[in-house]
Amino acid sequence: MRPTRVAWWFVGPALCVIGVFFVVPVAAALVMSLTDFDIYALADWRNLRIVGLSNYVELLQRPLFWRALGNTVYFVAVGVPLSLAASLGAALLLNSPLARFQPFFRTALFAPVVTTVVAVAVIWRYLLGTRYGFINYALGAIGIAPVDWLGDPHFAMPAIILFAVWKNFGYNMIILLAGLQAIPRELYEAARIDGASSLAQFRYVTLPVLTPILTIVAILTVAGYFQLFAEPYVMTQGGPLQSTVSVLYFMYEEGFKWWNLGNASAVAFLLFLLIFAVTLLQMRQARRSGVWQ
Amino acid sequence: MRARPAAFAVNAMLLGASAFAVFPLLWMLAASFMAPGEASTYPPPLVPAHATLANYRELFAQTGMGRYLANSVLLAVAATTLSLVFNVMAGYAFAKLRFTGRDRIFKLMLGALVIPGQVAMVPLFLLLKHMGLVNTYGGVIVPALASIFGIFLVRQYALSIPDDLLEAARIDGATEWRIFRSVVVPLLKPIIVTLAVFTLLGTWNDFMWPLIVLTDRNLYTLPVALASLAREHVQDNELMMAGSVLTTVPVLCVFLALQRYYLQGLMMGSVKG
Repeated sequence: MRPTRVAWWFVGPALCVIGVFFVVPVAAALVMSLTDFDIYALADWRNLRIVGLSNYVELLQRPLFWRALGNTVYFVAVGVPLSLAASLGAALLLNSPLARFQPFFRTALFAPVVTTVVAVAVIWRYLLGTRYGFINYALGAIGIAPVDWLGDPHFAMPAIILFAVWKNFGYNMIILLAGLQAIPRELYEAARIDGASSLAQFRYVTLPVLTPILTIVAILTVAGYFQLFAEPYVMTQGGPLQSTVSVLYFMYEEGFKWWNLGNASAVAFLLFLLIFAVTLLQMRQARRSGVWQ
Repeated sequence: MRARPAAFAVNAMLLGASAFAVFPLLWMLAASFMAPGEASTYPPPLVPAHATLANYRELFAQTGMGRYLANSVLLAVAATTLSLVFNVMAGYAFAKLRFTGRDRIFKLMLGALVIPGQVAMVPLFLLLKHMGLVNTYGGVIVPALASIFGIFLVRQYALSIPDDLLEAARIDGATEWRIFRSVVVPLLKPIIVTLAVFTLLGTWNDFMWPLIVLTDRNLYTLPVALASLAREHVQDNELMMAGSVLTTVPVLCVFLALQRYYLQGLMMGSVKG
């Protein structure tokens, strides 16, 4: 088939949108991060100055930026393994030949994924309430004193992690379930005839098939969890004592509350570089350990 | 029978996990029918003592929720319809039409998937401000008009269309546009539904961008309005639950009706690369 000019009418509109509203802004963000773009420049472009890397240098000297970075890394480092464990557990249960009403359970477990973060964060804010919340009520039943989940700097981030796991585990569960269902039953049959226990079957049949999928899922989940924003915005507003300020929350306040747009662009770029570096690291690790060829 | 206790354990665990997943949603529904202040009692009540619609009435009368609901419906439907046209056309072209630089552009686009959308937000805001689109419906929709993920999804599916079919139509003298409309679109129907559900839920649930680009309360979408109400009405749990019901129930219904398509798309999208 010969190249056709008419093809451009098909891809042109979409490419224009992506070019104008994504590619150009990303490039502009890099340039803006090298300027002192603030509320004065917003009023009049002539107030704009190129300041080189000084936005980045200043950011790295601000305690709140490091705080936000630390909080975000905490959220990723604890939240991702917990989410993956929940997803894997649920997928294994759903895939068990003993499981009944599979479609019903699958839908129920997946339901939180399609809900609106803001709306369910409002529910969880109540569930986590110190005096009337269900979680403290349940803990009280087993003799644990009420915890001030969203008001205590030690517990606010764990509470947000619990919420995020609840909200997100269904997504990866479906992907892992698809992987599990692709394993032929005969493999298990053969392993059983060879006398393999259920644990050995999991270790030698299930895990090798699942590891590449788990790796991809882990990489995507890490990248997604670095973009924490709506949860602290609704549940804690970054508090208490800035214990739930995430990098994006910091960027939002810096940019759209204080209108330090140059600074905000630098924050966004640093976050991108961080996600990129972590993704590359995970991929290299996966290649080294032979998960991917 | 050795399987009995094991079967019981598996199903009990499934039941427990499902209860954990669904409980907050069911409780939201129950609390939205409680009298003001009823949820703030100890022990926390599971069902309303006297179910009432007062919260919903107040929501519409006092907080203008009807307006936000209309905004959300309008924006989600408009963004979904328009982006479907753009993405389906582009996805088909990347799969089945030849043009210079096709494969290179496609590779570049896939590479760009690693860039988080928030990187573009600050300059995008300035760009839209310059275009006079800040604080308009257009400002919310325009960046969502095409998505790399959507194009990718359609392209993967369109690869399976046999070339002979398109060639035969060309020999019959059909124009490319005609072929697209009468041959390609019917064949792509399943993936179009999938992408429609994805985009609809995505735009409905989107929070950060509408929060940035909309400052006029009258234009707020449900999530933005709910977040702002939640900051003002910290004590009015029952009212906030009614607002949450209004925000989540429409998407849950769409999902329940079309979940087959949604889950298929999720699995297709996850095996990219």
